[in-house]
Amino acid sequence: MELIYTPKQQAFRTEVRQWLAQHLPAEPLQSYDTREGFEQHRAWERQLFDARLSMVMWPTELGGRGCDLIEWLIFEEEYYAAGAPMRVNQNGQLLLGPTLMEFGTEAQKNRFLPAMASSEQMWAQAWSEPNAGSDMAAISSKAVRDGDDYVINGQKTWSTRAIFADWCFGLFRSDPQSSRHHGLSYLMVPLDAPGVTIRPIKALNGKEAFAEIFFDNVRVPQENCIGEEGQGWKVAMATAGFERGLLLRSPARFQKTARDLVQLYLANQASADRDPAIASRVAKVWSDAQAYALSAYYTVGRLSRGEKIGAESSINKIIWSELDLAMHQLAMEILGPQGELTQTQNSHWLEGFLFAQAGPIYAGANEIQRNIIAERMLGLPKS
Amino acid sequence: MDFTFTDDELAFKEAISRFLMTEAAPEALREIWETDSGRSPELRAKMAEQGLTALSVPEHAGGLGLNDVAWSLMTQELGYYGIPDSMADTAYVAAGLLAALSSAAQNGTAQNSTAQNSIAQTDELLGGIAGGELRLALQHPVNPLVADAHLADFILLMEGVNPAGNTDISQAALHCVPRRDVDISLHPSIDSSRRLSQVSWQPKPETLLCRGDEAAALMEETLQRGALSVAGQLLGLAQRMLDLSVDYVAQRKQFGRAIGSFQAVKHHLADVAAKIEFARPVLYRAAWALAHQQPESGLYVSQARLACDDAAQLAAHHGIQVHGAMGYTWEVDLQMFMKRSWSLASSWGDRAFHQQRINTALFAHDASLDYGPADTFGSAPEREVNNA
Repeated sequence: MELIYTPKQQAFRTEVRQWLAQHLPAEPLQSYDTREGFEQHRAWERQLFDARLSMVMWPTELGGRGCDLIEWLIFEEEYYAAGAPMRVNQNGQLLLGPTLMEFGTEAQKNRFLPAMASSEQMWAQAWSEPNAGSDMAAISSKAVRDGDDYVINGQKTWSTRAIFADWCFGLFRSDPQSSRHHGLSYLMVPLDAPGVTIRPIKALNGKEAFAEIFFDNVRVPQENCIGEEGQGWKVAMATAGFERGLLLRSPARFQKTARDLVQLYLANQASADRDPAIASRVAKVWSDAQAYALSAYYTVGRLSRGEKIGAESSINKIIWSELDLAMHQLAMEILGPQGELTQTQNSHWLEGFLFAQAGPIYAGANEIQRNIIAERMLGLPKS
Repeated sequence: MDFTFTDDELAFKEAISRFLMTEAAPEALREIWETDSGRSPELRAKMAEQGLTALSVPEHAGGLGLNDVAWSLMTQELGYYGIPDSMADTAYVAAGLLAALSSAAQNGTAQNSTAQNSIAQTDELLGGIAGGELRLALQHPVNPLVADAHLADFILLMEGVNPAGNTDISQAALHCVPRRDVDISLHPSIDSSRRLSQVSWQPKPETLLCRGDEAAALMEETLQRGALSVAGQLLGLAQRMLDLSVDYVAQRKQFGRAIGSFQAVKHHLADVAAKIEFARPVLYRAAWALAHQQPESGLYVSQARLACDDAAQLAAHHGIQVHGAMGYTWEVDLQMFMKRSWSLASSWGDRAFHQQRINTALFAHDASLDYGPADTFGSAPEREVNNA
């Protein structure tokens, strides 16, 4: 055990820190849930890509720089510590990207990954359906084979930023006789294809953060299928693991929020101390955010020993989503009557509070995660 | 950066675990509970044969010379098997204190002439610990009663300490006193494996180890080791209570099926598993920081102590819930581990004590608050270059 960084790791940290200091936008970008903000974020992603800091763990030939997991954690720490913009193309870069790396053909990787790293192509998920949320095996949208094409019909929902994105990926039932998790195929669909209609859904904050996607005889070529036809469930489970696990919710993001919360508390101590428990609750979530970071490093150590990480990604999902909620709830209590205001220097806490409400729901509701932990990690019988 | 254990450390832990599984089954523990001393000299001797007592005694004094990181694994095993013996107090906490004293004397940094003269005596004590012949008990202001004083050969005591706390330990002196020179009175605990005593004694020059700043620094380090030892045991206890509960709910049937198939029961136990997984790396980081004398080690130890306590208390709370009325009985084994977790919860600093240490580190006005991302592992020497 050696819990200090090597000189090489330190040098990488310094490089990232200096680059960020020189290139961070002078003004915060607008919300990526607006058209203008979305394009601002795309331009920022392009800058990161040009510095080879967009997808640091990807191989150089695909637009990355071949970093290992520790270096990735270091990059994330510097990125969030600097207060750099949220990553707008996470659905592509962090969910579809690793899926393509594992299951995609060479042609698919070369075609999609560099454009994803540069955010020239932005991606939306097409997982959920009105009757298939946490029960994703209930998917009914169809992809019927017609020569070298699939013809897609059906509806997807809760698709984040789909009204701005260029492509979507998701599961479709390619075998009409099949049920549950059999006979599904994992397809990539351009959102400007004929027959695609997108209807925005307003989130709690009034912004069009997600959307429904309707498919009416949409044709996509067979080469847009990842993995074998009918084997989409296996591929999707890997994607879901990425989503719940470390990659999407890097601990640095929560550490940054926790540190900001400590500062918010100190700045408002006089009023916050009306409830003496607030101080200890702030210290507790700050400790929990650190614990999450330590657990990430520890997981990397386990991976380096050749261990496989399984249902633990479900533990991760519960931890980060509930931590995010606890931190923002506390911020609201510290701000007191100021908390509800939408146009103050502290309103990002309100935005975060609203967004945190969704954490325990998306990426598989936390009830489902607890079932996974109980059945796959503890070996309890299925219901 | 390498957050892994060595193969040797893991193999040692495995060996101890296999040994305790057979030698310290719950039935055996119940028998030991019933004895007057509450301790089994045979079990203690066998643990010494396995090398546990020599683990952190320096090599020059006949030990294996391993550090706090190794004990972060061992204390979990001691907790998991509910060992009725404050083995870690002697072999880890007291050995750590004596080793620090011995090394200060050898390096000539000891401030007190008595300590420099007592190097031979200190190394003799360390040798006795390594060989398993000696038991030591420790007093500390955060522990009003001393554990296992009734069987100790020597007790490490502080002169000028108010057992009710509020002591300025910078004015204290540290003594190593043979048990025959103290009076003890036992105070029964709800945990039948605990043996707590009030200790009365008179300081004498020949028992003095050190005083002043040196004694205060040693007692602070001792508190860290004591708290880490408790944290590791609490984590092991949490895992044991979870395992017992999983076994129970998989077999117990109600409404025609195993209660472990009910979602409400599953969620209780999933939450315990999550708490354990997230406490573990916190414990290991604290142990590493203490072993390497990092400036933030006190903060990290308190974080580990609270995280492991959270896991243990939730494991007890949900454990008794999923055991139903059986969990409220003397008959099922859960009670042995539950009571241990309750009694350890306020040993070597209670929750309020450790919470206060964290709050102080975070909120003190002169604290240089940089505990954000990019400062995950605190200020190791190499970080200085980078912070410039």
